[in-house]
Amino acid sequence: MAGQSKIEAYIRTEMAPTMPPPASTVGIVGWMRANLFSDWINTVLTLIGMYLVYITLQTVIDWAFIRAVWTGEDNKACLDKEVGFHVGACWAFVGSKFSQFVYGRYPLEERWRVDITFLVGAVGLAWMIIENAPYRKWVAIFMLALFPLMALILLTGGNFELSSGSWKAFSLLSIIALVGVAFVGVRAQTKGSDFDLSTALMIPAAILAYIFLAYFLVDFDFGMAPVETSQWGGLLVTLVVAITGIVASLPIGILLALGRRSEMPVVRMASVIFIEFWRGVPLITVLFMSSVMLPLFLPEGVNFDKLLRCLIGVALFSAAYMAEVVRGGLQAIPKGQYEGAMALGLPFWKMMGLIVLPQALKLVIPGIVNTFIGLFKDTTLVLIIGLFDLLGIIQLNVTADAKWFAPSVHNTGYVFAGLSFWIFCFGMSRYSIYMENKLHTGHKR
Amino acid sequence: MSVETQDVESDGAKVPLWNDPKVRALVSQAVLIGLVLWFGYEIVNNTFVNLEKRKIASGFGFLNTTASFGIIQTLVPYTEASSYGRVFFVGLLNTLLIGGIGIVVATMLGFLVGIMRLSKNWVVQKVATVYVETLRNIPLLLQIFFWYFGVLSALPNARNSLVLFGETVFLNSRGLYLPKPIFEDGSGAIWIALLVGIVAAFFVRRWATKRQEATGEQFPKFWATVGLVLGLPFLAYLLSGLPVSVEYSTKGTFNLSGGLQVIPEFVALLLALSFYTASFIAEIVRAGILAVSHGQTEAAHALGIKNSHTLRLVVIPQALRVIIPPLTSQYLNLTKNSSLAVAIAYPDLVSVFAGTVLNQTGQAVEILLMTMGVYLAISLITSMFMNWYNAKMALAER
Repeated sequence: MAGQSKIEAYIRTEMAPTMPPPASTVGIVGWMRANLFSDWINTVLTLIGMYLVYITLQTVIDWAFIRAVWTGEDNKACLDKEVGFHVGACWAFVGSKFSQFVYGRYPLEERWRVDITFLVGAVGLAWMIIENAPYRKWVAIFMLALFPLMALILLTGGNFELSSGSWKAFSLLSIIALVGVAFVGVRAQTKGSDFDLSTALMIPAAILAYIFLAYFLVDFDFGMAPVETSQWGGLLVTLVVAITGIVASLPIGILLALGRRSEMPVVRMASVIFIEFWRGVPLITVLFMSSVMLPLFLPEGVNFDKLLRCLIGVALFSAAYMAEVVRGGLQAIPKGQYEGAMALGLPFWKMMGLIVLPQALKLVIPGIVNTFIGLFKDTTLVLIIGLFDLLGIIQLNVTADAKWFAPSVHNTGYVFAGLSFWIFCFGMSRYSIYMENKLHTGHKR
Repeated sequence: MSVETQDVESDGAKVPLWNDPKVRALVSQAVLIGLVLWFGYEIVNNTFVNLEKRKIASGFGFLNTTASFGIIQTLVPYTEASSYGRVFFVGLLNTLLIGGIGIVVATMLGFLVGIMRLSKNWVVQKVATVYVETLRNIPLLLQIFFWYFGVLSALPNARNSLVLFGETVFLNSRGLYLPKPIFEDGSGAIWIALLVGIVAAFFVRRWATKRQEATGEQFPKFWATVGLVLGLPFLAYLLSGLPVSVEYSTKGTFNLSGGLQVIPEFVALLLALSFYTASFIAEIVRAGILAVSHGQTEAAHALGIKNSHTLRLVVIPQALRVIIPPLTSQYLNLTKNSSLAVAIAYPDLVSVFAGTVLNQTGQAVEILLMTMGVYLAISLITSMFMNWYNAKMALAER
């Protein structure tokens, strides 16, 4: 036993104290060693990168703050000769033109109408985006059904003076449609099928009521001064084109996507040709087409507003892109969902509307947002056919306004435009990434 | 997604005509055809009526009319006496030129930034991220304006040109002046040598691969290719008595003369297009490389394959399968976006043909159809190639 205790004398009886990790592997130093200076290549890259960052930051801060001019009435404030130093940013220009950048040449005393539209739109949109907000469904219905009408009436002034002929034709058509549905319903009921007349009538009746309401409101004289669309400009036009484009393109895109996956050859061919045509040509040629070719296509006497023509072009163009996004979603839905719906005896439109599309559209929300970002950036192209969107109005002001003629004004205008677009697009892309993460459940490394 | 009608049904109650899926499909397709035909008829009819009323000629006869306007950049001989048809050709070539060079520059920059975004180096990664997030969220047209009106027109005038690379390259507000190679008599031999070199390199590589697969013996493929493609033309150049000389721009009192002048519109458009598209390509490259599962790299390392070979032989071929389809659509986007040239009057197809010629002749329908047809043809050819490539590269699954 004595020998054993001798051996035990060599064995530690208590644990060695845990040492802190070496100073060079933890904390800021450790992080820098691992991420910035791990070997000589990395060190060189880090130094080059830091130099680049330094140069950029220095230039930007120097231009945007140190050498910037903040106040002034005209170009005297921003000319090198007048102020005695090399002027960087001329923020005074942006300040004095800001309201033009937002409203274009919209009459001063009517601008409250644009403000109300912006406000209602922004609140409604925020309401729909925030989850768990109460009455989301009703807000969504309001935004989709009533807000466009409201915006149309507020922005243009309403009172379109629709001809009485179109009223009569419309009433006649709607009565025929209602009678037709009722007739079919009654026949089906007498034959003993489970056709429910009231539900069958509800949807057409609601649509008709909505169209009646729209007709009435658009025709009604609210006493607001009419504002021609040629007076619109700036952010207003950018938002109108982008939002109308996306809202109109979604239903058309869904129809096209369904058409492309249809088993009816004619429908499929028509959808494919339509989609590939619009996706194959640049937006500029589409806009040229809407501004010079569309008037030729229309019968005599029918004449569209320039903005409306451009909206039609943009909507059809983005519908083709939307169709491909939606098709991606439709393809991602497992076949079991379609088969399950069919097994339940759902007809095609109910299967799509109740089972497939809700899942497919949810999957492609990021794709839809990305299409929207693309469209939002593409709205700048309308300046080529002579509409003044945000970039158009800035371009007009920096090149054609003699009162503000100064070299520094040019770049200030572009930087301001870039910043505005960037804020919108970056915000939307963050939202899309957030949605992607939220919808992406599981399978994450 | 219609249900297969089964024969069971015909035994029981007869399905009413309007509930029979086949009848429904036929009727709805007939209605669609009818609508499309009616729509097409209306459009064509209205167009003819309108054209007649506005006294605009129709048909493609205008293509032979004299254009009588100048174009600032022409790749083929063109004078004011040339026809509108020639204008179309010149514009098309200019579009292809900016598209081709833009694609090359955007790809190189895009791959560089994409790989930088995956770098372990924090600074490099953040620089790349800022690049991507800034450039892809600003409209392309604005970037073109920025380069053209903001940067290039702020350059000094011809007298105070910026001199780069020791009096060989000049930069001023009228453009970029590069040395111009002049091919004299006998320079044809160089081109023939280049062609021979490329063909020979192709066969040598095939032979080397075959031999390596059969025997395991390696052959310095890379250096052989370099030698054949670059060395042969150089040899021909020496042997045929140095038939290529270089013409440099020379500085006069007010202007530069000689050399190769690149117009500022081209430079601005090229910079904007390639910087903008590179930001999208970078994201595609990043996604493609991330799509190759980490197990592939680990397996390659476990087999003892060295890092550079892992990248070249394991990761990149698999990443390319993910990268190529969206990359092609970016190439198409770049080509289509080059039509924004009209905003700064670079003489591309849309600018000179759908712009100037349309204004002069007023024949909107023919001109826009031709212009759209060109872009449509480019994108259809590309997507045909894509389908072929996808089929070739598709994962052979068991």
